[in-house]
Amino acid sequence: MKKLWLPLGFIGLIVLLGVGLTLNPRQVPSPLIGKAAPPFELPRLDQPAQTFTQKEMLGNVWVLNVWASWCPPCLVEHPVVTELAKSVPVVGLNYKDAREDALPWLARNGNPYQLSVYDASGRIAIDYGVYGVPETYVIDRKGVIRYKHIGPLTPEVAQKKLAPLVKELRGG
Amino acid sequence: MGRVVIILCLWAGAATAAEDLDKRTAALAEELRCLVCQNQTLAESNAPLAVDLRNQMREQLAKGASEREVREFMVARYGDFVLYKPPFKASTAALWLGPFALLLIGIVLLVRRVRRPRAPEPALSSAERERAAKLLE
Repeated sequence: MKKLWLPLGFIGLIVLLGVGLTLNPRQVPSPLIGKAAPPFELPRLDQPAQTFTQKEMLGNVWVLNVWASWCPPCLVEHPVVTELAKSVPVVGLNYKDAREDALPWLARNGNPYQLSVYDASGRIAIDYGVYGVPETYVIDRKGVIRYKHIGPLTPEVAQKKLAPLVKELRGG
Repeated sequence: MGRVVIILCLWAGAATAAEDLDKRTAALAEELRCLVCQNQTLAESNAPLAVDLRNQMREQLAKGASEREVREFMVARYGDFVLYKPPFKASTAALWLGPFALLLIGIVLLVRRVRRPRAPEPALSSAERERAAKLLE
């Protein structure tokens, strides 16, 4: 019986470390889930003279997608965002970008966004706890953040997580 | 002349205030994690986000925010994960108490082992004793 302790302890340690390996330290749980989306009023990317605030989306289930033309993973997820935008309004938060880069990027790759706002200083992104572009938020009718995805959206995440959640939020 | 002195004094005052602010920002940045390169502090990292966050922290301190308020600002956005010294709560209890629990287990095992009675020395028969004595000669 006593001899068993050592191998048992060893196996326990292996299991613990094995589980640790499967976790992604980049997926930092956001404290913003379940909280009101931080307020902003930013100029539109395409029309600098006009501003847009998150309040205009109240009453809708919508998606906020943080992107930049300098961000390669944003290009990777772009087809997924384009597909997603067919079923739910997607607002872009153009992060620390320049208009002369961002607008051609949209012209080249297609513009799935209802509109994009222009956060050149990255200040609003900090309020949303952004630390790696792209990031995607699902916001409900009352303006509460219900889900956050860090990194490029995959078709899997879009179909298995976002679409059902949007449907559920619309139903409720 | 008097005016020059006043301006110099004001300038010196502003300079020390700025230095003070730099120091406070740096000290605070030391205890916060950079989320881009997660094993660095905000003070060490040169990631663009770390630079932005340092500027933002400095600005808030300049506006009169306390260190605690700035820390709360960061936690509200990035969670406890940004703190290199996470607060003690139910979800972090294992983190804080684990090492002490392991130490305790170690001490208990050690004490038990040390206190364990030694096995008595095997008794030798007289024939063996004679053999041993011969060998030792």
